[in-house]
Amino acid sequence: MQPVHDLGGLPIHDPVDRNEHPYTFLEKRIDAMMRLLYGPCALFKVDEMRRAIESLSPEEYEHLTYYQKWLKAMRALLLEKGVLQEGELEKRIDAVQARMEAERRDTTPLKPHIEGRK
Amino acid sequence: MSAGHPAFQVGQRVRVLTRQPTGHFRTPGYVRGRVGVVQHLTGAYLNAETLAHGGDGRPPLMMYRVQFQQPALWPDYAGPATDTLVVDIYEHWLEPAPGDPQPPQQEPRP
Amino acid sequence: MSGHDHDHGHPHDADAHAPIEEGGGPVTWDEVLEAALRELCIEKGVFSGTQVMQALESMDARRPEDGARLVARFWTDPDFRRLALENGKAAAETGGIDMTGAPDLVFLENTPQVHHVVVCTLCSCYPKAVLGIPPAWYKSKAYRARVVREPRAVLKEFGTVLPKSVDVRVADSTAELRFLVVPLRPAGTEGLSLEQLAALVTRDSMVGVTQALSPSP
Repeated sequence: MQPVHDLGGLPIHDPVDRNEHPYTFLEKRIDAMMRLLYGPCALFKVDEMRRAIESLSPEEYEHLTYYQKWLKAMRALLLEKGVLQEGELEKRIDAVQARMEAERRDTTPLKPHIEGRK
Repeated sequence: MSAGHPAFQVGQRVRVLTRQPTGHFRTPGYVRGRVGVVQHLTGAYLNAETLAHGGDGRPPLMMYRVQFQQPALWPDYAGPATDTLVVDIYEHWLEPAPGDPQPPQQEPRP
Repeated sequence: MSGHDHDHGHPHDADAHAPIEEGGGPVTWDEVLEAALRELCIEKGVFSGTQVMQALESMDARRPEDGARLVARFWTDPDFRRLALENGKAAAETGGIDMTGAPDLVFLENTPQVHHVVVCTLCSCYPKAVLGIPPAWYKSKAYRARVVREPRAVLKEFGTVLPKSVDVRVADSTAELRFLVVPLRPAGTEGLSLEQLAALVTRDSMVGVTQALSPSP
């Protein structure tokens, strides 16, 4: 079976989408973390990251964005290498989710005053 | 053959093996089984296939920049027959093109 | 500054209490996972918040103009050209580009007979050290699938049409090295300065989907 990532020559006929969206800050942070982990931290090799990405299911490979794939690969490798434990990661994900949701509520703009005030 | 004694030389016709292994590989599917010409000895690089699983990638393996005529890769290639494609391939993915005489063994260049 | 703890790994540009993402909107799984991984890595000493900031800054510092300057020198300086063809990384370093930890760099010289176009069909290898972050299209399924199989059709989408007498040569980047295309030097550029020449060399021409710009008449 053709591996998910081995795309050269596949019968795809879509035009190349040349729209260039600027990278979001989130995407840049994912990129930065990746470079640190295989660069100065030397926690894993680029080849291991690629292997982790190639291990994604065809559905994930198709539907995740480039940086989402890298994020999933980093998660898998950090767990595989024992740098992080599944339990503590899940706990932290819950905590971060709750914190971010609270922050989003707090920064919702208040309704403007419409009567009387200057 | 180790990196110090390249198995193939510039100008030699080579065929890419048709293996379909599991694991991480840097030989794209579309060149497997195809015949091309060694354009350049790319150099010795660590083995990505073992690096990918936590190994140290040693010993380094010679890679070859193999040039293919596009019609040899794609039966319905729409452009001129002189269009080409080059890809760097590890030595262990190559064999001499079938039917070609073996080139004389040469001393590796210093 | 307030007593906000930056070792928490909470990088932001200006206001310490501004939300990280512009505009808010629902919290997404990737935002959450990125923050969770980053915080845990920082707490465990895998890297520091400062290193994250430095990595972000160093990424932003790399631009296609770096590669363009190398091309301008390649066109005008035979010694530089010789070095670039023999050891691309060393050549880039003479141009003041920090190539520490970067893969080898291979200059693919376009000629009147050969036009190169680069792709990484297996992932998205790109000469980031000299061009910065690749555009989304370079990493797209359509580009990776099609440019090896029908390069002229893809080039046409970028406005590039080459005569049949030119060999369109696709370079699929599979090894731990990165390709930088040296586009053909446009006609009518004799006497231009290095800066003027570099201004004609677009990022797309160094990937090979276009040619360099012609000087204004």
